Amino acid sequence: MSMTTAKTDEVAKETPAPATPSDQRERERMRRRLARRRGGGWWPFLFLAPWFVGLFGLTIYPMLDSLYLSFTNFDLLTPAKWVGTHNYERMFSDDPVFWDSVHATLLYVLVSVPLKLALALGVAMLLNRDIKGIGLYRAAFYLPSLLGGAVAIAIVWRQVFGGDGLFNDFLAWFGIKGQDWISSPDTAIYTLILLAVWQFGTPMVIFLAGLKQLPKDVYEAAAIDGAPPVTRFFKITLPLLTPIVFFNVVLQMIDAFKTFTPAYVVSNGSGGPLNSTMLYSLYLYKKGFTDLQMGYASALAWVLFLVIAGFTAVNFIASRYWVHYDD
Amino acid sequence: MSVITPNMSPLRKLRSATGARRVFIHTVLIGVAIVMLYPLMWMLSSSFKPDTEIFTHPGLIPNALHPQNYSKGWSGSGNSFSLYITNSLIVSIGAVIGNVVSCSLAAYAFARFEFRGKKIWFGLMLGTLMLPTQAVLIPQYTIFYNLTWINTFLPLIVPKFLAADAFFIFLMVQFIRSIPRELDQAAMMDGANPFQIYWKIILPLMKPALVTTTIFTFIWTYDDFLHQLVYLQQNDKFTVPLGLTLFLDQTSGSSYGAMFAMSTLALLPTLICFLIFQKRLVEGLATSGLKG
Repeated sequence: MSMTTAKTDEVAKETPAPATPSDQRERERMRRRLARRRGGGWWPFLFLAPWFVGLFGLTIYPMLDSLYLSFTNFDLLTPAKWVGTHNYERMFSDDPVFWDSVHATLLYVLVSVPLKLALALGVAMLLNRDIKGIGLYRAAFYLPSLLGGAVAIAIVWRQVFGGDGLFNDFLAWFGIKGQDWISSPDTAIYTLILLAVWQFGTPMVIFLAGLKQLPKDVYEAAAIDGAPPVTRFFKITLPLLTPIVFFNVVLQMIDAFKTFTPAYVVSNGSGGPLNSTMLYSLYLYKKGFTDLQMGYASALAWVLFLVIAGFTAVNFIASRYWVHYDD
Repeated sequence: MSVITPNMSPLRKLRSATGARRVFIHTVLIGVAIVMLYPLMWMLSSSFKPDTEIFTHPGLIPNALHPQNYSKGWSGSGNSFSLYITNSLIVSIGAVIGNVVSCSLAAYAFARFEFRGKKIWFGLMLGTLMLPTQAVLIPQYTIFYNLTWINTFLPLIVPKFLAADAFFIFLMVQFIRSIPRELDQAAMMDGANPFQIYWKIILPLMKPALVTTTIFTFIWTYDDFLHQLVYLQQNDKFTVPLGLTLFLDQTSGSSYGAMFAMSTLALLPTLICFLIFQKRLVEGLATSGLKG
């Protein structure tokens, strides 16, 4: 960006010119032209044209279409048939697998997000000081976040937590006899949660950037007053960091609700054992694309949309009570 | 980081821990790093072990290198893995071009022009950031089905040309706002039209944002399993993630080595991006995150 500032300086130096009447008129005309350009005429719409096509064609119309389809029976091959609220009734009163998937998803979201953020903040605090090799550590902790969404990682995970996998070898060091964590309905979801927590790098990087921006004078004052580290953390760091905590909570929560790949791969597409890894997106996929119940899947999609919107709204409302903004 | 000077401020003292604490912190960090990276190292080492050895001999150093896993995996799942890699590259590179072009155009409009309904459009753009893709998956599928685009790469690439990834528009808007307007105005005085300003001034100056967009689009598209699973149905159109899932269906336990070998290969493009652009990835993320 140094280039940019250099150029600005040049421009700034060149602009003041001797003000002859014709020059003034010229400049007046130019200013009007600039104002018009800022207004832009049809130019901005030209630049936005692809986005407009996408917004209406790939977002707004599909949202409305999906709302309509959610009140129909639709199998892609024959025209949709209106069934009123039947899909929604079925979901809430006549579909135990739906509730299994809600249970699995809520467990996944509500356990993985706090754990992930706590770990992210903890490691970010450790990294936020003058020690050697910060860059290397940061890279090592961030790498899983980058790779985590890959099918390859989920495949490896399946083997790590299998009956004769790496995790049991690790437990054996402590004399603990492990089990097949993937095929037990009580533990399978926790392997997915661990996979999510393993990817704490993204919020960690964001926390780290936030920690670096905290005002240093407050800490100096606290250090002079002899406030112990725990007090400093709870009385200074955490309150000042709440906007970033909030940002990470919202982002990670939305992400967790949408998780699909690991559930699909670890359970080999089944959501099993006993629907214990049937994350909501996986159930939606199976209904829509395996069973071709696209009307029902659309209803599922709208419920997911409303739930995510609801959770986000609750986050925003609750944030008034715990997020501390400086200004 | 910064050099420690003799007259340290209390904060500096606070941050630059004493010897013992320093050792403690490094121990914790190294411990966490090993736990984090061990599964990856295990995958790499298993990819060089014979099938019989993978689960019976869990150490990281194979008794003997067994590179046959790679040749077996490369040709072992219906089509050659080179086809899956080619397909993945077509999709990912197509998506990168789409995102760079369409998102930078949209971002330029949002960052530099006043126009009717701008606030509403901008709000809608931010709204789509929150929208889960699953919510529009089925109607989008019917659209592409009616266009007979199923089992082609088009449903994976065309949306990127329509700036469907609002995240990158937002990132670029933030970046363009940091470019001084005087540059645009100077060009305008020289008679440049808005497109020329975009092409000659904005685009070259926003290279860092474009690089960030390129890397993240590449990695995210490469890993975007759900959409590839939905839209690509025949083996000859399969991408790397889909090719990998074929290993899951093989019930015989005899191809674990090949599976680990291909998993390792599948992660290589992301790893290479990471190694080259590590700093930019982390910093791009931090700044875009904080501005949200």
